[in-house]
Amino acid sequence: MTIAEKILAKKSGQKKVSPGDLVTVEVDTVVMIDNSFIASRWRSIQKLRDPARLVVVFDHRAPASTEDAAAAHRTGRQFVEKFGIKRFHDIGYDQGISHQLVADHGYALPGTVLVCSDSHTCSGGVFNCLARGVGEPDVVYSAIKGETWFRVGETVRYELSGKLSPAVTTKDAFLQIAGEHGDHATQNVEWGGPGVAGLSIAARKTLTTMSAELSAEFSTFEPDSAMLDWVRARNSAPFEAVHPDTDAKYAEVRKVNLARLEPLVAFPDTVIENSKPVAEAAGTRIDQAFIGSCANGTMDDLELAARILRGKRVAPGVRLIVTPGSQNVFREATRAGFVGTLVDAGAVVTPATCGACGGGHLGILGPNETCITASTRNFKGRMGDSSAKIYMGSPATVAASAVRGVITDPREFLN
Amino acid sequence: MKFKARVWKFGDNINTDLILPVQAFYLPAAEQPKYVFHANRPGWAAQVKPGDILVGGKNFGMGSSRPAARSLKNLGIACLVAPSINGLFFRNCVNFAFPAIECPGVDEAFQEGDVAEVDLESATVKNVTRNSTLKGRAMPPKLMELVKAGGIYPLLEKEGLIAPRA
Repeated sequence: MTIAEKILAKKSGQKKVSPGDLVTVEVDTVVMIDNSFIASRWRSIQKLRDPARLVVVFDHRAPASTEDAAAAHRTGRQFVEKFGIKRFHDIGYDQGISHQLVADHGYALPGTVLVCSDSHTCSGGVFNCLARGVGEPDVVYSAIKGETWFRVGETVRYELSGKLSPAVTTKDAFLQIAGEHGDHATQNVEWGGPGVAGLSIAARKTLTTMSAELSAEFSTFEPDSAMLDWVRARNSAPFEAVHPDTDAKYAEVRKVNLARLEPLVAFPDTVIENSKPVAEAAGTRIDQAFIGSCANGTMDDLELAARILRGKRVAPGVRLIVTPGSQNVFREATRAGFVGTLVDAGAVVTPATCGACGGGHLGILGPNETCITASTRNFKGRMGDSSAKIYMGSPATVAASAVRGVITDPREFLN
Repeated sequence: MKFKARVWKFGDNINTDLILPVQAFYLPAAEQPKYVFHANRPGWAAQVKPGDILVGGKNFGMGSSRPAARSLKNLGIACLVAPSINGLFFRNCVNFAFPAIECPGVDEAFQEGDVAEVDLESATVKNVTRNSTLKGRAMPPKLMELVKAGGIYPLLEKEGLIAPRA
């Protein structure tokens, strides 16, 4: 069995599961976000299976951007109070995007099941966890009943080898896969191979987070010592990491040589089957550049942006908005000097929130504007007006473009 | 569950931001359907008649977890048929009792305006206009029951596990 199949079998109390099965599994961790508490969505929960399994996070509109968002936060606080939920991330010291907080705090334990309403919950698969977005109704159901259903899908395995060049990131690796193979609807994605060891946890997390854009069911990494040390340093709970069986059946095994990758961008309106070398967009004038979200708000991303922007200024007429994934990342990046470098260059560094990525606040696009973003999505209308054009690239490509005022190959800055 | 009605067609990779744009997030649920496909097909929502069937392309519903399926249901769409459906969107279909099935080839078998006859239990999709029939992937019985029960919230409400709507 593959990693996903093995965890689904274990959590559904079966010896074996196969693609096509529908299984009912125990849910170890339920993450709820502020969107769940929006008046048109929230249904007041009367009973919880176990409040200790819950994590509550305000991230999509944090701090509250409108009265409606403030009302949702208020409902959320009352819920936390009512059930005495300990793992609560309100506005302030512990604030952040849920998927970044899951990494910061080690909430996604290897070999376990974690659900949250938000689509990018697959981010937690970086820790060998079956994590996925399930939507509000299933989050409410899982919180109450402690279980949910999953369809068992086939698995596509990506074997990574080689080492990324300095101006190339795992965002480019994702764009390569999304461009070449398109969607993975109804399939799981499994990541392994000798190239994994050379990738930081943050770099790996970009791949699992962006798996939502592949429409993958689950996206999981094979465990290694860097991953297990990361989790153990942040969470003392016991767990059992899961390796795939040597005779696991894959729908396909695809090799990706990281050393051969180049900076890519997704052209506007859709993420998949839409990637081209950055040269094909080079010279396109931009109004806004954005670095943030659960895909690109890590220390790695901020460091890379700071390396490109050190001693330089954002081009006149361009807004560079940088949103760390959590206040914890913000503090670390401040201590490391990255935030100072970015601000000196003219970037606006915002508090940790989903922010501009979802078009919620802190960087909404106006009519006919052009943006290059290192975030999760470039759908039509995603970040504001539906006539705005959104290109997607790595944080290096976005930072280089912010300096020049036009879409720019980051290899002009980093070799 | 059986449906027979005219078909509206949409292409591959239709995403949830097109179905439920961020501008409609904080509106009451009943008002959100007005914004369906506002960016890619303005004016369409007003043309839909209750009971119409939507035929999509592959990877239908890619994107966010927002209750976009609820908007299609509240707009009056009777059911969705697509070659493949994003897993998260499919969950929301089941949970909001919006019938949806995967049926490879359906995008090629239908033109907009054709009449479709869909039998959910047997996953049979018939093009009445062109007299052709396709077999889709049947929804597992457990999920079918959930759709028939009206989705997750009515179920939890009946058990007293969530409060009735104020």
